[in-house]
Amino acid sequence: MSDTPAGTLGVAAPASPGMRRFLPSRPGEAVAFALVALFLLAFLVVPVLTVVTVAFQDRATGGFTLAHFGDFLSNDLFTTSFLNSLYVSLMSVVVASLIALPLAYFTTRFEFRGAILVQTLGVLPLIMPPFAGAVAMGLLFGRSGTVNLLLGDLFDINIPFMEGLNGVIFVQSVHYFPFILLNLVASLKNIDRAMEESAQNLGAHGFRLFRRIVLPLAMPGYVAGASLVFIKVFDDLATPLLLNVREMLAPQAYLRITSVGLEDPIGYVISVVLILFSVLSLWVSSLALRGKDYATVQRGGGGLARRRMSRGQAVAAYAVIFLILALVLAPHLGLLLLSLATVWSFAPLPDGYTIAHYARVFAESSQYITNTLIYAGLAGLIDVVLGTTIALLVLRGRIAGARWLDYLAMSALAVPGLVLGIGYLRTFFGVTLPDGRSLASFWGIIVLALAVRRLPYALRACTAALQQVSASLEEAAENLGARRLRVIRRIVLPLMAGGLAAGFITSFATAAVELSATLMLVQSSGDAPLAYGLYVFMQSPAGRGAGAALGIIAVVIVGVSTLLSHLVAERGGGRKSP
Amino acid sequence: MRSVLARPGGTVLGRRALGALAVFAAGAARAQTPAGAGKVSVVTSFSNDVTGPFKRAFEAARPGMTLDIQNRNTTAGVRFVQETRSNNAVDLFWASAPDAFEVLKSAGLLEAYRPTAQGIPERIGPYTINDPDGFVTGFAASGYGIMWNERYMRANRLPEPKEWSDLARPVYHDHVIITAPSRSGTTHLTIETILQGEGWEKGWGTVKGFSGNLRQITERSFGVPDAVNSGQVGIGIVIDFFAFSAQGAGFPVKFVYPSVTTVVPANIAVVKNAPNPAGARAFIDFLLSPQGQEILLEPTIRRLPVNPAVYAKAPQGYPNPFTGSIGMPSLHFDVVESGKRYAVVDSLYDQTIGTNLDALKRATKAIGEVETRLARRDNAAARALLAEARSLIDAMPVTQAEAASDEVTGAFTGRAGSPRQAELEQRWAAFAREKYQAAAAKAAEAARAAG
Repeated sequence: MSDTPAGTLGVAAPASPGMRRFLPSRPGEAVAFALVALFLLAFLVVPVLTVVTVAFQDRATGGFTLAHFGDFLSNDLFTTSFLNSLYVSLMSVVVASLIALPLAYFTTRFEFRGAILVQTLGVLPLIMPPFAGAVAMGLLFGRSGTVNLLLGDLFDINIPFMEGLNGVIFVQSVHYFPFILLNLVASLKNIDRAMEESAQNLGAHGFRLFRRIVLPLAMPGYVAGASLVFIKVFDDLATPLLLNVREMLAPQAYLRITSVGLEDPIGYVISVVLILFSVLSLWVSSLALRGKDYATVQRGGGGLARRRMSRGQAVAAYAVIFLILALVLAPHLGLLLLSLATVWSFAPLPDGYTIAHYARVFAESSQYITNTLIYAGLAGLIDVVLGTTIALLVLRGRIAGARWLDYLAMSALAVPGLVLGIGYLRTFFGVTLPDGRSLASFWGIIVLALAVRRLPYALRACTAALQQVSASLEEAAENLGARRLRVIRRIVLPLMAGGLAAGFITSFATAAVELSATLMLVQSSGDAPLAYGLYVFMQSPAGRGAGAALGIIAVVIVGVSTLLSHLVAERGGGRKSP
Repeated sequence: MRSVLARPGGTVLGRRALGALAVFAAGAARAQTPAGAGKVSVVTSFSNDVTGPFKRAFEAARPGMTLDIQNRNTTAGVRFVQETRSNNAVDLFWASAPDAFEVLKSAGLLEAYRPTAQGIPERIGPYTINDPDGFVTGFAASGYGIMWNERYMRANRLPEPKEWSDLARPVYHDHVIITAPSRSGTTHLTIETILQGEGWEKGWGTVKGFSGNLRQITERSFGVPDAVNSGQVGIGIVIDFFAFSAQGAGFPVKFVYPSVTTVVPANIAVVKNAPNPAGARAFIDFLLSPQGQEILLEPTIRRLPVNPAVYAKAPQGYPNPFTGSIGMPSLHFDVVESGKRYAVVDSLYDQTIGTNLDALKRATKAIGEVETRLARRDNAAARALLAEARSLIDAMPVTQAEAASDEVTGAFTGRAGSPRQAELEQRWAAFAREKYQAAAAKAAEAARAAG
């Protein structure tokens, strides 16, 4: 391994905020701030505002009113929904942590064959293709799913995995734990080995070492992941709807917004409440990290010292990892079976197998695949660029409002895709391109919608990565005469590489299966991404297999891209270190 | 290849002649109007399995025309047409849900067109096939009914249901699935038909009867056949073609039309300021031509043609609403009343059944258990208590007259002087919850009386 910049500098004290305040002003920072603010204003705030103003309007007079918020507060259904959403989100964070911690710990801490493979497979649950994923989950874990049919035959019991709030917690944890896994792994890899060694010299080892030293140092990554899981579960409507749980806030908002021909303000009121609550919980999670410094100057050693495991330990570790992967990848196995099945109905396994569905998909819809790669790839790149810029402005910048950019960008998590889609049509349909077409019919608008919707994922990853980079490294470089932009390019970004990759992967993977905004914005099937094709297939009984096949293709594409970006990040990070 | 009768530049054939030609030259309409060339953009909620065969046949019959299909769910489709009205690029809106067309029509977003096709009657069951003002054209019919998974029924030893009231029997508890009427225009019409066919009070009793046995209320209509096809739930209340096309795809499902049912048209309409109005009309005419109507019989589509003559080509046992074998020809469907209370009925279902499903199910289950015991050993006192419990369940917060009154309907349109929608809904939900709890208490009392 190459030596790190820090290695030549020795241990430097992290810069205090006070020091930074006296640095000379940077005009580039103001420009960056203005550009990001403009982007968020144009592609998030304005479109959303054009739609949610209904929440504040008196329906008879059109004037301003808060009566709808009063209705929200005094309605039992919404109070119950709010409490349910809160409970489910908290429990999902707990369960997702139980899944992610062992995977992250074993693969970063020990010499482990196929660590990258485990980390790649660990991302796949994020890619739960709409509809197809739901059917596959039902066929495996539903009341008449494989597991319960077998349990019923053998022991005459039936476990309601997919029912009620506990079902939501189960599915959400399996679905979103990769947020924690990815960010935690990135964080663990950045920990200064010297810290661990000092602790060992002082006599700490085993679990105590992990609990007192390793985990606290990896806190930025964990908090980034956990807050994402919390907010995402709080705002998610797909899973509760798939399990037919309606007494939660996001499904309530969705059901009201999507009623044909009714402008019920309560739906938008709930959207506003969701946005406010997301920002609030983000602020609370930032309190958890406040006043502490996670930056370390040692880099390039690949983080923690890797141990060899004894034979017994290895067996145990492999068993745990295998069990967890089997659980979280079960839906994808179900999806694979579904894509190969002739008919699968009320039986543990399909009646027969065929590859006809794949033949149909490749014959009818290969353009979906290229479109998805382009759209999700571009969206991921935009997100990483924006995420890094915002993280730098917040953590290193001196503009007072920078934190608000962070909150603003994160509020995108709480905006239902449909609201964003309608807002885009409302805002951009009147804008004509040079060739006379409407801006809203240009495929780039889908990319922007995807980028805005997935920006929070990349932003949290980038912030966590930057929190672990010591500002003293940058100051050292600046003292040696490097300009700000050069410092960012040569010092900061290479040190953040792991976090950037994690950010790109989460944005890219989830953008590849986004449907709700896409469904609003796609204007011709030639421009449509894969999720749209999946939707089209999954609306008919004969299309179920083909939809599943398209889902598997999505999973493979995202899996391969994830593997590639892991490899690029590892190699790139290593090479760029001087 | 096909000859082109009409040269570009002049309308050689009138539209009527064109329609007649389409009727008589079944197999391929050999005419092409010059203005009808080019791309026809269609926003539709139908899947590829439905649109694909029509697209291929239409493009073959009309060389030079292409059908550009944009799949969106009904909500997104309606919103799309609404939001892009300033610079409309859509020629046709093609979907099942009658309410979606109603919204577009009342927003002035549709263009009237009376198709030229011959031999299509005015009514199918109690409904007119076409919009009286000519804005919406029915091209196929579908009936509502009960679909079930045979393997599921066998494994759970369930008898095959025939009528809506069968589904209220205790044996089906927790085995039924439906879409909320607020989410599906066709479910709405089914509920409305039951209410009009049986009367407001008795009708709600029937609806609450089977609703007490629901496992789930899904938010999208295709969620129901999906759950039945995969065997997650045994019995679904669905529109017929979901069941027929599932059978066509090989799933072990069966379907029956109850005697009180609706046969409702699926529709198509020309969007206002369509970029290619001639092409749009040509496609509607094609849909209604014998060739287009026959495509409906394909195994993956299986909808009921609106042209009675086409049934001669249908396979054995194909349901035919024109022979009176399904639907309720006798029912007089009051369109005005139905239209007035549209949102009210949806909201009543959502508030009294949707959000209170658990309480309703508990009460229904308790009543069912006592009933099963009474079937073995009768007890008059317990029977009386059960009747009380049932009437508590059936109670509705508003009467038929109130449901269509300006005060109540105004809450859903934001009329000044009406209560706000959220206020009303909270009241209705609380009303139902209280009644269901009382019903469960009565059922417990009946259980004690039964000994």
